[in-house]
Amino acid sequence: MTDKRLHILATGPQVTLQDSGRRGHMAVGVGRAGAADQAAYALGARLLGNSTRSAAIEVTFGGLRVRAKGELLVCLTGALASATVDGVPVGHAAPFALADGSELELGMPSSGLRTYVSVRGGLGVDPVLGSRSMDTMSGLGPPPLRVGDALPVGPAPRTLPHVDVAPVGKPTDDPIVLRVSAGPRRDWFEDPSALASTSWTVSDRSDRRGIRLLGEPLTRWPQSRDQELPSEGMVRGAIQVPPNGEPVIFLNDHPVTGGYPVIGVVDAVDVDRAAQLVPGQPVGFRWVPSYW
Amino acid sequence: MGDTAILVETSNIDAVLALSATLGQLAATRQGVWADVDDIVPAARTVLVVARGGTDLAALARLIERAGAATTVSDSVADAGRVEIPVRYDGPDLEDVARHTGLTPREVVEAHTGMPWRVGFGGFAPGFAYLVGGDPRLTVPRRPSPRTAVPAGAVALAGDFSGIYPRESPGGWQLIGTTDVVLWDVDRTPPALFTPGMVVTFVEVGS
Repeated sequence: MTDKRLHILATGPQVTLQDSGRRGHMAVGVGRAGAADQAAYALGARLLGNSTRSAAIEVTFGGLRVRAKGELLVCLTGALASATVDGVPVGHAAPFALADGSELELGMPSSGLRTYVSVRGGLGVDPVLGSRSMDTMSGLGPPPLRVGDALPVGPAPRTLPHVDVAPVGKPTDDPIVLRVSAGPRRDWFEDPSALASTSWTVSDRSDRRGIRLLGEPLTRWPQSRDQELPSEGMVRGAIQVPPNGEPVIFLNDHPVTGGYPVIGVVDAVDVDRAAQLVPGQPVGFRWVPSYW
Repeated sequence: MGDTAILVETSNIDAVLALSATLGQLAATRQGVWADVDDIVPAARTVLVVARGGTDLAALARLIERAGAATTVSDSVADAGRVEIPVRYDGPDLEDVARHTGLTPREVVEAHTGMPWRVGFGGFAPGFAYLVGGDPRLTVPRRPSPRTAVPAGAVALAGDFSGIYPRESPGGWQLIGTTDVVLWDVDRTPPALFTPGMVVTFVEVGS
């Protein structure tokens, strides 16, 4: 560890540490967690030469203010939030230096929901079961960041960053369409194709466990209506349909097992896009063939 | 189950435990496509195999099918281990459980301690396990309204399962006793006391 630090001066609605997630413990009830938008997190790590075990800050809906102790190399990815260093705007998906004593401030995102603040060397809290991710379901990992926290910055990796800027598209405010393949309980529903023909809206009751969708409820066959499903394993991207008929797309902190039928499963790369959906945003689905 | 996982259906929990034990051994070899498998998740009637992005799921499905065909239920739980759990049968729902089952509270305790249980699967919270295969007379419904806080170490029944709350949490199971055994400790290796297939015997202790 170095004597470099990142001081937390203000937090927005939710600020947690995340990495590529926790693997191999689902059988004992510990889920994956990790950055909700894995692609944005991984881009930040890559632009700084960090490994995918390095922790970054996941900022939901802006509001973070931090101060550097020692000079840090920082990169912002994911949701496009107005960002300033000591009042001067800085770019997105482009590493920049944060001088000793300088302050970085993130406004509310203009598009997307989750911004990743990565620091070269990673944020060096102790890993729990191989990951520095906060799991909001099980409570494992570092607690949500609070004002006054001073996060240690890890030693710079051997890999040198060699890209100045990544030309990534910003998350869109327009309706997005997610690719979905058949779920194991698709035949419990009278008209599974309704998942793709319905226009859904993202509920404000969405979080890192799942994205709740509002729209014309999906109906089960009469014989499946009172049927109880024995708990079965769940994955990130699974679309579970509770009895009220409104689907929930599972995100990284989803329960490891669940007892509601899964009508479909969103492709892993499209879950990254789903993780940037904001409440009120329209979303649709397109069926793709099963993978095996 | 999407582009990174396969959900295998079986007939019952014994088949689940046998298959997940076999698949666990194969995944531990890290050979070929097994190197891409991160998690094997047994549940009541299914086994979920979770792999990394880009894994050839068709190839993995063929290997799982072959492994399933070669697995017999009797060769499950070979070395899953066994553990004794000392319990004070002082739970607030012991009388209700007696009423539901038509037994006396004493007979409930004797039924709970009289037959070994087996760790079926987890999922509700880190370290929690659904215990299966106990005395079938102990089948009870969940409480009509869940408690907002069940203490850590509460020994409980619901459906035909038994379980122990690893930490304080809300819960709707019927509470029949208390144990001081620590089910989950992240600083221990492994952190979970229970692993699927393990044999669990409850032993009554005085309070």
